[in-house]
Amino acid sequence: MQHLAFDIAHLLAGSIVLVSLMLLYQVRLYALLNVFALQAAVLALSVSWQAWLQDAPELYLTAAIALVVKAIVIPLALHRMIRRLGIHREVETALNIGPTMLAGLALVALAIAVVHRVSPDANMIAREDIAFALAVVLLGLLMMVTRRNAVSQVVGFMSLENGLILAASGAKGMPYVVEISVAFSILVAFIVIGIFLFRIRERFDTVDLHALDQITGSER
Amino acid sequence: MIDGLSVQLAQMALVLSLAPLLTGLVRKVKARLLRRRGPPLLQPYRDLVRLVHKESVVAESASWLFRIVPYLMFAATWVAAALVPTFATGLLFSWSADVIVIIALLGSARFFLALAGMDVGTSFGGIGSSREAMIAALAEPALIMIVFTLALIAGSTQLSTIAALMLSSNVGLRVSLGMALVALIIVAIAENGRIPVDNPASHLELTMVHEAMVLEYSGRHLALIELASSIKLLLYVSLIACVFVPWGLAPAGAPLHVHLIGAGIYLAKLALAGVLLALLETMIAKMRVFRVADLLGAALMLGFLATLLRFVSRGM
Repeated sequence: MQHLAFDIAHLLAGSIVLVSLMLLYQVRLYALLNVFALQAAVLALSVSWQAWLQDAPELYLTAAIALVVKAIVIPLALHRMIRRLGIHREVETALNIGPTMLAGLALVALAIAVVHRVSPDANMIAREDIAFALAVVLLGLLMMVTRRNAVSQVVGFMSLENGLILAASGAKGMPYVVEISVAFSILVAFIVIGIFLFRIRERFDTVDLHALDQITGSER
Repeated sequence: MIDGLSVQLAQMALVLSLAPLLTGLVRKVKARLLRRRGPPLLQPYRDLVRLVHKESVVAESASWLFRIVPYLMFAATWVAAALVPTFATGLLFSWSADVIVIIALLGSARFFLALAGMDVGTSFGGIGSSREAMIAALAEPALIMIVFTLALIAGSTQLSTIAALMLSSNVGLRVSLGMALVALIIVAIAENGRIPVDNPASHLELTMVHEAMVLEYSGRHLALIELASSIKLLLYVSLIACVFVPWGLAPAGAPLHVHLIGAGIYLAKLALAGVLLALLETMIAKMRVFRVADLLGAALMLGFLATLLRFVSRGM
């Protein structure tokens, strides 16, 4: 029984890492949003499994928030935003898909190696959860670095936050206030970024963030 | 009691005799799905017999390499297929060679065929060889990563040991295994030149890979190459069946009736795999050649990730 419980936790957390890598692989905005919704849904599953394992009912609420807000509301809102901005063409990537995937794999390896080195005698479930969470966070960061389109940077940011929730669900005794405040700050950030997107578009007729470099003069 | 040698010989004969049947089955099911009647199941055997009776025409510019490659390729593929447990694990050869050897044998068969494609000096052979090399350069690392994942889980690269572990109940639910399975299926499709990577029925010069390389072959040479390709398809199906659905494999030293039951189950597995492959090929369209790299890159990534995730799973 203990083995099976661990295996399912491992399966779900591992799937989140896999979906994060799939996010890096997507080159079209709509597909990107769908994969992001999938990631949030898998996260909700994983968190509710942890809630059942640790007998922690408040984690069910975290899972519900992840499912409703991240898998349904935010992807729908971003879909609408993309339609209104008229940018359903390809994502421009600063780096090609191949090198990005290799960098992503290297980051996953790094996360696993680091967590193994620093926590040799922690609880096994918590340990692998933290390793995967660190990998998801790093992959979200990588996505924000490699993408030039503002919408995909937002998706990278959101997937980074999914990694934080994964970490919080694995570690026992994370104060609930912290989780709620993280969820709300993300929501606020999302709204602010959304407003900024429209402002940027109004000003520059594009959401390619390289257009911003021209004002600061950092390019050429 | 049955000894390893007779099992080994039975397996080699079985593989050789069943391979064209599997190819015929895939063709037949594909044709039925398209509402055509399709060639009879035994058509590949008739094709082989007809080819053997025909004269082999060799191009004037061909070297000695061109003549010996079909034999080399057939021998390497057959030996590789003899190493994969199909219906029983107690193979005599399996203790002298593991999965890495199988990959190496298939790799050398492919290398010689690519050389032969370029040997005559026609442009299509060259195109086919270069595309085959591109596919191989991505498919082989992916295959190696899959093998590493399995070897790390089973603690051995012997296929019999891996199959025995999969049969036991302490494998559990592993995300690494799921990824390895998906990656192995992608690699198998690419290596056998099936849709979406290559179309085995295509004779359109711009899209063909395998057919372009063997364009100059005829007669018994072509028959050997066709038979080797059929065996390779059977080999990959057996490999997937042996590692991921090993139920029904007769253990070493089992009595005769267990072996017969194992052979029956193996036939059922083959038929199922043939139908599934035909379904898959009917449902999807062929990719552009330059998108194949993306598909195989995904397989490579899955293999890598499966190996990495293995290190944080239970029992490490």
